Amino acid sequence: MKLNELTIKEAREGLKKKQFSCLELVKSCLEQINKTNSKLNSFITVCEEEATEKAVEIDRGFRERKPLLGIPIALKDLYCTKGIKTTAGSKVLENYIPVYDATVVDKLKNAGAIIIGKTNCDAWAHGASGENSDFGPTRNPWNLERTPGGSSSGSAVAAAADECLAAMGTDTGGSVRLPASFCNVVGLKPTYGRVSRYGVVAMASSLDCMGHLTKTVEDSALILGVTAGFDPKDATSSNKPVEDYLEGIRGNRGTRRIRIGLPKEYFGEGLDARIKEKILGALGVLEDLGAKIIEVSLPHTKYALAAYYIIQPAEVSSNLARYDGIRFGNDRDKFGDEAKRRIMLGTYILSAGYYDAYYLKAMKVRTLIKRDFNEVFKKVDVLISPVSPNPPFKLGEKVNDPMQMYLADIYTVTANLAGIPGLSIPAGFVDGLPVGMQILGPQFSEKMLFQVGKIYEQSTH
Amino acid sequence: MINFKTIIGLEVHVELKTSSKMFCPCSAEYFGTEPNSHTCPVCLGLPGALPVPNQKAIEWTILLGLALGCQIPEISKFDRKNYFYPDLPKGYQISQYDMPLAINGSLVIKEIATSPSAPRNDKIVRIRRVHLEEDTAKLIHGENATLIDFNRSGVPLVEIVTEPDFTSTEQVKEYLQKLQQIIRYLGISDADMEKGQMRCEPTVNLECEKAGEQEGEMVYTPLVEIKNINSFKFAQKAIDYEIQRQLEEFEKTGQEKQSGNKTTRGWDEVKQKTFLQRTKEEAEDYRYFPEPDIPPFQWTETEIRNSKFEIQKIELPDTKIKRYIKELGLTETNAIILTETKEKAEYFEKCVKLGQSDRLEPLEIANAIINKKVDSETLDPDQIIKLLATKKSAISLTESNLKKMIEQVLADNPKPVADYKGGKTPVLEYLIGQVARLTKGQAGPNLVRNILVEKLKN
Repeated sequence: MKLNELTIKEAREGLKKKQFSCLELVKSCLEQINKTNSKLNSFITVCEEEATEKAVEIDRGFRERKPLLGIPIALKDLYCTKGIKTTAGSKVLENYIPVYDATVVDKLKNAGAIIIGKTNCDAWAHGASGENSDFGPTRNPWNLERTPGGSSSGSAVAAAADECLAAMGTDTGGSVRLPASFCNVVGLKPTYGRVSRYGVVAMASSLDCMGHLTKTVEDSALILGVTAGFDPKDATSSNKPVEDYLEGIRGNRGTRRIRIGLPKEYFGEGLDARIKEKILGALGVLEDLGAKIIEVSLPHTKYALAAYYIIQPAEVSSNLARYDGIRFGNDRDKFGDEAKRRIMLGTYILSAGYYDAYYLKAMKVRTLIKRDFNEVFKKVDVLISPVSPNPPFKLGEKVNDPMQMYLADIYTVTANLAGIPGLSIPAGFVDGLPVGMQILGPQFSEKMLFQVGKIYEQSTH
Repeated sequence: MINFKTIIGLEVHVELKTSSKMFCPCSAEYFGTEPNSHTCPVCLGLPGALPVPNQKAIEWTILLGLALGCQIPEISKFDRKNYFYPDLPKGYQISQYDMPLAINGSLVIKEIATSPSAPRNDKIVRIRRVHLEEDTAKLIHGENATLIDFNRSGVPLVEIVTEPDFTSTEQVKEYLQKLQQIIRYLGISDADMEKGQMRCEPTVNLECEKAGEQEGEMVYTPLVEIKNINSFKFAQKAIDYEIQRQLEEFEKTGQEKQSGNKTTRGWDEVKQKTFLQRTKEEAEDYRYFPEPDIPPFQWTETEIRNSKFEIQKIELPDTKIKRYIKELGLTETNAIILTETKEKAEYFEKCVKLGQSDRLEPLEIANAIINKKVDSETLDPDQIIKLLATKKSAISLTESNLKKMIEQVLADNPKPVADYKGGKTPVLEYLIGQVARLTKGQAGPNLVRNILVEKLKN
């Protein structure tokens, strides 16, 4: 087995036992990037020099106490990195080099992680396929003609194609979970406010969550343990203590007491029958392991996507105003079609006379969706649903039909509107294409999500 | 001549003198600092930066709201006001739209007296709202380029909005001075208009009587908001100019106020004129929406009660004036002068306290300070009191006169004198009292004591 194919857990053990050096681990990732990036286009910037230097430094004084010491991690190009170009996937920031590190980057570095590179993504995280990147689309390693899902396209591919051990993404409407599902990796969207947003190029501030993509559930738990926590620089971050996420997944706990909700709205019309079969099959596995499956209803689900496509562009239009053509080198005419579309939509939505009809109404729907979840979580511990209604689609298939592209988010936006966490884990294949399963829980229930995810993962390996 | 009434409303912006900026830890000091030396990702609006509200600025705004008799709603929030301008790095200003920190207050000002002898009546100016926002960067226009200094970007700015309750420029001046005084008493800003720490934007229009057939019917002229005012004097001049201009305009065109015909005019100090800046058609739609980066505030009853308690501890000018008149026996004029600034009032109060032992009446002290009989600019209160006490005895009694009177008291009180000489020294106080009675308190007790002790030695 090549070193770049290791999980974080395995790599930590190997490093600890001095089976290989940190430099060897970093080099194997860089080699893989060299080999595959021209095909997959998952990285915008590869930090070869910095990563190598850092690896040498770590090898010189290896101390294994830091949780991610020597682990090569990729960052979606939305995370500001001091001294390293950060483009947000857009030509507007083509040559922008931040003067500071995002809080998450800071935390990862403090935990010993090595930044291996900055990954490709839909410009400004607008998209479900990665095709809106101004630096070319990313390809799905399972089928190069297919999209890897977006907007954290490069991060999902980097993790899936072993170009790194894990990658940070962002999830505003499904942008971590969808590509995780399309690329057969584990993707976490944490509770809103659990991970600091400071220093990450904002898409829609009330929905943005800093998530990550890993090869296993355990690695996902390990990373959240590092990235989670109150940040005095983010007024929306929670001061709730960070739990020991690994605790719940150690050992072989059964699912005996876990009540799993099957939300009927997520299994209705529009869902590919083969995916439905896969997810129901997975639920069957969990039921066999002792979980109780209960059919539940989230009646306002049908309004979620509409509300999302009001609130999100409204915030986008305001958040993108700072790229005013004065200070970041390039003018606003460098915005791509999708960004322009959302700026126009958002500007219209917030205009005098329309605000009440659109924005305010959408916010009311949002409240109802939150209430739906609150009600349902009185009856069940977690919910399980598909991540995407369809398997990975072909590159170019939806680029000229924004409405179809938006529909890819139908099962994921609800978690962002409600601020609850969602974990996407591999649930098998349909015609050789990965299918993901989504586990949703109440706010700050990440520990439970990892536990359920781990149980399923173990049963299928 | 057209029969008309002036209607003026005021928006006043005041920069708070918190040590850090509104949404980041940068120093809020920008006057005279090296350009762009007090900046960070937040106040530069860099990608990914987030605002964290300054607790002190919020507390101070609530304090000001309470000082202006406002209600403090239990829920408040920040909103984004979206517009493009080079001095606004985020493309929006974080402000407050429909849920300000304080609402529905009032400020009592004095009407200008119709004649010197006529009483000055109270006039109530209603305060619509007090809210908190951030200042913009400063544009420095050069010959070939405009430079941006972001040191001012994100400095806390309070906006105080009145109802259109003013009917004259004199009232506006009174209000601005009083507001400035309160703000300085609270110690939340120096509110120096010349330094831009306090700025005002009056909105002016007229209620005019129509001419001809519709005579007697009153109509309003279009609203005009005036910008670029940076002194009390300019405020008065700009409004006076605007009143005259609108009157002439109305005589000429008869144009009335309608929704959509409000304009913005700037004050040109050189030309002594207001000039058209923007018509409503060009006016911005700010697309306000709740600031998603800052959760709304919900105050508990206890928190509001604590703020009220905090404001009660600060004696504001009006309360002081009332107390000076009622308890210290000052005239209203004296009281107003001595409460002009907090420092002045504190100085006076110290003098009053020290003057008690020399039987100096507050009124005497007040008169002495106001009429500059003593130099309160350079002397400390205890020096002032010593000076006044000596002066007082010198003016009222020559020392030889005083000595004669003391001798008389000694002659009239053989028993106490004998007691004192027999060792009962506390009886001295009785003798001092007797001298005070005889001199009607015109001699300083210390001086009397010294002479008495001297005489009793013999």
